[in-house]
Amino acid sequence: MQTTMPRKRLIPTWIPTLLVAIAVYLLVAYAKQTDRISVYWHQVIQLAGLTAITGLGLNLIYGFNGQFSLGHVGFYAIGAYGSALITKDLLTKWSGTNVGALAWMIAGQIGLVLVLMLIGRLRVGQIRKGLAARLETLIKPHEAWVFTTLVTLILVAFALALGVGFVWLAQKPLAAGLGSLITKLPEVAAQNVIFVLALLNGGTLAALVAYLIGLPLLRLGSDYFGIATLGFAIMMYTGLQNSDLIIPTMKGARGMVGIPRWTTWGWVFGVLVVLVIAMRNMLYSSHGRAIVSVREDEIAAKMMGIDVAQSKALAFAIGGFFAGVAGGLYAHLYGFLHPSSFSMVKGFDPLIIIVFGGLGSMTGTIVASALFALIIEGLRVLLPQGFEDWRFVIYPVLLLLIMLLRPQGLLGTNEWGWLRPPIPPMKGVPVSSKPSTARAESGEGGA
Amino acid sequence: MKSSTLALPLRVIAWLVYGALGLGIVYALVALVRLNGPVYFLQAVVDGLKLGFVYALIALGYTMVYGIVRLINFAHGDVFMVGAFASFYAITEYGWGFVPAILFAMLTCLLLNVVIERVAYKPLRNAPRIAALITAIGVSFFLEYFTALKFVFSADFITYKRPFEVVVWNIGGVLITNITVIIIVVTVFLLLLLQYIVTKTKIGKAMRATSLDKPAARLMGINVDAIISLTFAMGAALAGAGGVLYAIAFPQIWTFMGLMPGLKAFVAAVLGGIGNIPGAFVGSLLMGEIDVLVVSFLPMGSRLRDLFAFFVLILVFLIKPTGIFGEPQVEKV
Repeated sequence: MQTTMPRKRLIPTWIPTLLVAIAVYLLVAYAKQTDRISVYWHQVIQLAGLTAITGLGLNLIYGFNGQFSLGHVGFYAIGAYGSALITKDLLTKWSGTNVGALAWMIAGQIGLVLVLMLIGRLRVGQIRKGLAARLETLIKPHEAWVFTTLVTLILVAFALALGVGFVWLAQKPLAAGLGSLITKLPEVAAQNVIFVLALLNGGTLAALVAYLIGLPLLRLGSDYFGIATLGFAIMMYTGLQNSDLIIPTMKGARGMVGIPRWTTWGWVFGVLVVLVIAMRNMLYSSHGRAIVSVREDEIAAKMMGIDVAQSKALAFAIGGFFAGVAGGLYAHLYGFLHPSSFSMVKGFDPLIIIVFGGLGSMTGTIVASALFALIIEGLRVLLPQGFEDWRFVIYPVLLLLIMLLRPQGLLGTNEWGWLRPPIPPMKGVPVSSKPSTARAESGEGGA
Repeated sequence: MKSSTLALPLRVIAWLVYGALGLGIVYALVALVRLNGPVYFLQAVVDGLKLGFVYALIALGYTMVYGIVRLINFAHGDVFMVGAFASFYAITEYGWGFVPAILFAMLTCLLLNVVIERVAYKPLRNAPRIAALITAIGVSFFLEYFTALKFVFSADFITYKRPFEVVVWNIGGVLITNITVIIIVVTVFLLLLLQYIVTKTKIGKAMRATSLDKPAARLMGINVDAIISLTFAMGAALAGAGGVLYAIAFPQIWTFMGLMPGLKAFVAAVLGGIGNIPGAFVGSLLMGEIDVLVVSFLPMGSRLRDLFAFFVLILVFLIKPTGIFGEPQVEKV
């Protein structure tokens, strides 16, 4: 039997990856600079970039963690509207002050995290279990359930009250501090600071919501979880259509206008690069291996001491963060948000992209989102006059053909360049077993 | 069990809480009835039944297909739309009556769904399940946008001409139309027929065997592919009938009409426990009632009806993750 040692790569993988990334960036920037592509196509390319970001988020949830989610568009919507509210505030002061919305949002999120931590610190779960065990010796289980529920509700209400109080107290000094910071900075710098904060807020807001709905719902089986998240996405959509009932400036079904158009190719590309680096490094860390192991076999992962529930919720929250950031970029790309951009049918796009690119392949997702934009928009150009309606007739046929010819996606689970898993450091022990599958060949799971 | 001085007061408090909860629910119901009078409430319930029975016809197709191939057939709502259009053409172009029109619609949908199954799903039987799901989404897009082309059905809203005159009966103030009666009669008839086929005939036995274990069913000499096709065909025929009844009840049709009723019916099937035929029926009635009651009683109800429908779904999931009649899945190592 031949012993195959993982060969040391002659050229470090990050060099060609970096070169390709720089080339792509410069190509688009150059084409825009010299007017070789129209404004429309420039926007399409940016849209492809942020679809890649959403797709990566969903791939983390479904491709790497194995949790079938149809509700990704809900997080996208949260990120879009959340960040748009913040930046619109800077220009139009709809909340009263320049940074009122930002202060409320930051304080609200910190408050929410504090509530979660407090509930953990109060050990609500343990108290419930202890109380139930104690009471069930005295009274019937369903009677004990009344008391445990009451105690849980009281504890949660207590934590919530503290959180709300904190938010109420914290948002005023926060608003004052941010306001003075904004006035001190030069205008361009202030704009960029607010933009970054808005994107981050959109992302963390989506991540928090994902974590909150993920914790109870992730217990469900795969299909049921998909249906529940689909329900969440449709609830978000209906909620957005009626959002003017709560925040008038969101305008509900009429569409939110007056969002500054700050998204550029540089922003999209930069955010994509930062998030890809973060995701790649996370995936090949111990957290990432835990996430992948949950996909492979939940029970085996549990036996290896992995907190499966926590790992799922973590992947779901990070995926939500990606979608939120992409949503923020989307809001500032067109300067106009309408609930119909976040309908269920639009929500299938990231799913189609990750399946097309290959579940569990970051490279695949990025390539597929570029191809997806090319197909959808290319059909618009290619179809002759009078046949524009045929675009969405041909697109599903293409989809069908792709699925029939390559059901595992373009790349399967393979990666390219620096995104490939790193070769584990050798301890002088030759690897004796021959790699049998593509996954083992790419070195996932170590030598 | 050790008796304790604490046990009695604890039990009393627990039952007091139960009583308070029960009283609250009763009070809420009474308040609902008194808000606009019992006639208004009963009218809403009857309208909810009308919607619920139509949902049931669609939900059965979803639940049967899921039960047998574990596929969420997103194209099912669009098959329902095709049924409505087929009967529309039968009635307006050929002047057919109600019974031939509904039979024609059922037959059209049946053939369409068998073709869809053969072309789009059968080649993917051994591929990962997600591939079939993506094709289902693709088929759904295709049906919607292809039929929206000018020479097919066109993308306009079309007013549906009912094949019979509407008769309204006033029973103590509650208005019941012959539409409601027809919907209930047709649905109950088809449901009983389906239940008979599934539980009493040899074909039904083969279907149940296939849904339990495909390789074993094949070893027993069952033609699994034919059974799967048959399931798709039966589901589509029910959806076609549902499309006709929906169009008669809400006489405006367009090529995207299948999206929301399809989704609601699917949620209804999940509510009842997917793969379970009586469950789908009960879930659909529940869904119809929720829809109509929310619209009738809540302020801004007509704008928030979808939100409530899916809220109930998530609530049921939190309490009973496999639906009302669903059996818990045992995870095997």
